[in-house]
Amino acid sequence: MIRDFLRSRAFGLVVPLIAVAFGLIAGAVIMLLSGNNPIDGYSGLIGGIFGDMYYFGETLRAMTPLILSGLAFAFAFRTGLLNIGVEGQVIVGWFAAVIAGISWDAPGIIHLPTALMAGALAGALWAFVPGILKAKLHVHEVIVSIMMNYIALHVVNSLIRGVFLDTGQRTAFVPDSASLSSEWLQGVTDFSRLHWGFLIALAAAVVMWFLLWKTKKGFEFRAVGFNQNASLYAGMNVSGNITSSMSISGAFAGLAGAVSGLGTYGYIEIFNTFTNLGFDGIAVALLGNSSSIGIVLSAFLFGGLSEGSGNMQAAAGVAPELVEIIIALIIFFVASSYLIRWIYKRLDSIRKGEK
Amino acid sequence: MDLFLIILYTIVPAALISATPLLLTAMGGLFSERSGVVNIGLEGLMVFGAFSGILGTLFFESLGFGMLSPWLGILTAAIIGMIFSLFHAVASISLRADQIVSGVALNILAVGLGVYITREIFDAGQTPTISARLFRQDVPLLSEIPIIGDMFFSRVYPTTWVAFLLVIVVWFVVFKTPFGLRLRSVGEHPAAADTMGINVNRMRYIGVMLSGLFGGMGGAIYAITAAGSFSGGTITGQGFMALAVLIFGKWHPFGAFGAALFFGLAQALSISAQSIPGLQDVPQVFMLILPYVVTILALAGVVGRATPPKAMNTHYEKGSR
Repeated sequence: MIRDFLRSRAFGLVVPLIAVAFGLIAGAVIMLLSGNNPIDGYSGLIGGIFGDMYYFGETLRAMTPLILSGLAFAFAFRTGLLNIGVEGQVIVGWFAAVIAGISWDAPGIIHLPTALMAGALAGALWAFVPGILKAKLHVHEVIVSIMMNYIALHVVNSLIRGVFLDTGQRTAFVPDSASLSSEWLQGVTDFSRLHWGFLIALAAAVVMWFLLWKTKKGFEFRAVGFNQNASLYAGMNVSGNITSSMSISGAFAGLAGAVSGLGTYGYIEIFNTFTNLGFDGIAVALLGNSSSIGIVLSAFLFGGLSEGSGNMQAAAGVAPELVEIIIALIIFFVASSYLIRWIYKRLDSIRKGEK
Repeated sequence: MDLFLIILYTIVPAALISATPLLLTAMGGLFSERSGVVNIGLEGLMVFGAFSGILGTLFFESLGFGMLSPWLGILTAAIIGMIFSLFHAVASISLRADQIVSGVALNILAVGLGVYITREIFDAGQTPTISARLFRQDVPLLSEIPIIGDMFFSRVYPTTWVAFLLVIVVWFVVFKTPFGLRLRSVGEHPAAADTMGINVNRMRYIGVMLSGLFGGMGGAIYAITAAGSFSGGTITGQGFMALAVLIFGKWHPFGAFGAALFFGLAQALSISAQSIPGLQDVPQVFMLILPYVVTILALAGVVGRATPPKAMNTHYEKGSR
């Protein structure tokens, strides 16, 4: 019994680790095929993550929104919903937080929380649409949320262009009272852009774990994710749970945008294309097996990969897009865990056969 | 009245041009989704099609194929798109990956791989511009019909008419041939199809590969006619738009045809609304989001209900009930 339990717990780790290994090996093969030296490439990459405190601070900075967008996707995923709309929710959250930051003045203790709340609320509202359509009309949330992504992009861009443009393509900077930037964190990390949002993201990971696993509501969310009919029979409000799960997921996503806007950049600019924070969040959540700890770890991996890619290009001349290829392949391998399980089972049965 | 006609003369050809890549890619999505495999990866297939279409055109130009090069480029994109779609097929059919997740991965992979190879070859994030372009032509005879001729058959890319003909071919293949019946049966009730001796996974592989073929062509045609080169920003959302076309068109070739024209019209309007009396006061953003809002309304049942193939997004395991 205990051995089986250990084995299943361990197995939860085996799949993502093998997927990461496969992804990195495939990346090495691609480097070889394109005439680059994989050892140089990867040492450049690692140097770009751990090389000095600045790089490390930037890695933590890069993983901050990824934790939150990963939590967003994972939260909906636990309720059986695929929130592909994280990207759009990040954009509206970013926008709302920055606007709440620049449009009025207040002491920091009120200003910053309201700006963050505005971001979370905007994200929640954006996710509410696919949620309610799924709950009431059984419309597939994936398509609606994809459409909502584009609506977010165009609406936010045109609002920035028409109303909030300050200089160039961006809005004014948020005042210090609404800013997440921290001189102390910057000082510790050799003046990277690391900001308080990092701690907010870690706290959010704890919140998600608590909400899902330690509260009655969380139990209902997970129950609906496992089996809607059984949940309905047990007297749970399935459509209500779908809507609120989607909205909470959107709130995490909105927060991911808010910490980028209030922490890293201090403004929002007209987006030529998607931020990719939301789409990368899907990868983070999948690799992290939709658990809080897993998400923090995989956000570190993906944040590190995308931060380190700059140094990889500078040190070894490998195009930074290699990292995107690796991320895509890791998702493929995680999603295709059937293959890994199958190989594992075969090996297991061969071993037992020999006994 | 004259003014109205002049507006139509500019808007309609522009709408036809923007509709073409959407329509072709949606035909690809139709094959895949009718066979029961969701294809969020249409975007990635278009990206890779745009990449290989431009690369193919440049290659055949350098060999001296001249004006034939863009056509050969489109053909290259179709073949490479088909091969590239195998990623989605292997993961979501053989390895039972979640079809939506696998599609998302395909989209990331396409941009990454396309731009990576571009950088390796050209040392820049963007390919050179192709010199052998397709040109807007009048369709012989038809363009001489009064009014309609000027509107629909003048100054259009030949690819538009190839695409329209392909829609009829797709309709015939899907609804009038044994192959089409098998494809649809696999997407509706794979177990029943299996008992009739149809190889479910084989049909699904064909469905996904056809989506790669058409998606590749769609991306290539967009890149060759509208962009002229490839970079990471060439295809931004056209693939998702094609998915919307497919859904709004209720997974039917002719429905998708109408939807593509509507979306093309919305796109053409968003570009040239400023010069149209009565529309110049409408903010551009409304035109930009119109297709997406309409798709949501369509799904919600406001504009007629869209019901997907029944077995979509499920894996088929032999012997399971």
